[in-house]
Amino acid sequence: MPRSRQSRIGRQPSQLRIKLIPPVTVVIASMITALPIITDYPILPPLGLLVILAWRLIRPGYWPVWAGFPLGLVDDIFSGQPFGSAVFLWSVVFILLEAIDRKAVSRDYWQDWLIASVAIIFVLIGGMLIVDFQSNILRLDLLLPQILLSILLYPFLARLIGAIDNWRVAS
Amino acid sequence: MAPPTNRRPGFSKRAQYSIFASYLLGISGAIIGLLLLLVSFIDPLGFSALRTIGAETMAPVSRTLSNIGGATGSAGGEISAYFNAASKNAALQREVEQNRIEILEARALRQENERLKRLLKLDEEVPDSIAMARLISSTASSSRRIATLGVGSSSGLEIGQPVRSPEGLVGRILETGPTTARVLLVSDGKNVTPVQRASDSLPAFATGRGDGTVDIQPINIGTNPFKGGDLLITSGSGGLYSPGIPVAVVIRKTETGAIGRVLANPAKVSHAIVQPIFQAETVRQIDRDAVIGAEEETDE
Repeated sequence: MPRSRQSRIGRQPSQLRIKLIPPVTVVIASMITALPIITDYPILPPLGLLVILAWRLIRPGYWPVWAGFPLGLVDDIFSGQPFGSAVFLWSVVFILLEAIDRKAVSRDYWQDWLIASVAIIFVLIGGMLIVDFQSNILRLDLLLPQILLSILLYPFLARLIGAIDNWRVAS
Repeated sequence: MAPPTNRRPGFSKRAQYSIFASYLLGISGAIIGLLLLLVSFIDPLGFSALRTIGAETMAPVSRTLSNIGGATGSAGGEISAYFNAASKNAALQREVEQNRIEILEARALRQENERLKRLLKLDEEVPDSIAMARLISSTASSSRRIATLGVGSSSGLEIGQPVRSPEGLVGRILETGPTTARVLLVSDGKNVTPVQRASDSLPAFATGRGDGTVDIQPINIGTNPFKGGDLLITSGSGGLYSPGIPVAVVIRKTETGAIGRVLANPAKVSHAIVQPIFQAETVRQIDRDAVIGAEEETDE
């Protein structure tokens, strides 16, 4: 069934879609931890963080520097971390990424992955130390499976976000 | 990937100021995050309302999915159960025979126990359970170990009530919402459970380690009598947990105590039972004393 007889050339996608899709996907990814995935061990990759990193690296111009604050707030509601931990860590990541963007001329895919990996390691270790610095500093090996899983999952999520991004800007 | 658009400000003062302003906003976001963290350390339950709203909005989805899928953690176990099915069957049948004898013995013991309790007039009127529900989600990506239970204050749940499963102690209620409650699991780093060794009621404390194990420290420091396979049960001191709930089994000795594996693995627990606080009066008195103590401190 033809959707419309109008020419598709020059048609603009709705502004609402362009503006809202990235934060909405981040919030949905943050909410995944509320699904019945019950573990005895921190193993689920921080999906909200992975999605926001993928968006941030694919579309550097879209995100303001302060975007880590509101989306981190939403992530804190669901993650079970002390309130404010994602707000702080995501804000720091965004400030650093902004600084990197202003220095570098261009990046390739591997550099994106490297930057995302460093950010994931920073946020996961930072989150664990925020919970309890004294006893957790000795037990950081606990995070190793989660860090590896998150780094390996990042390229797949970046693909998915790329596809969503194509749909977002397509008319 | 296309190179990012040229964002260098050049000599335009206006562009430079707007970059400066955006950094300022980002940094103030980070500072607000630090302040929020500070508040949540001073008052850990301060933001519980927000978390409760989050849990309540997701509860219908989580509850439905957990009813369909059951516990996620058992998938691996179910697959591996197909291997060695025949030898396992034989072993299980032997075990069933033995269990039947032990059940008869236990029944006799229970009757005797009831008779003795009647003699001592020790018949406590503590109901066994307030509510029974599934664990519908957990903080699977955080290093805190908190799970969400599918019932809340509308079913009579209160903060502090112990949560157990047939396998053993799961944790205690941390925050309650109308139809959900957050359970601080035994293996969380901030959860300290008073326990005793089942064989000789040697008292100890079990502190969570965040990975399904607990750190067991005997109260008598200096001796380290634990050995692998020791069963630890709740001791009832503190008045929160009723005595005799299995907690953990010692898997390894350490320099000052032992490491134990928590018996009730929340990933495999199908149903959790919420029990009333063992000695609610004692717990309330302790809280009251703490408040009075704090007031006296501030007066001084």
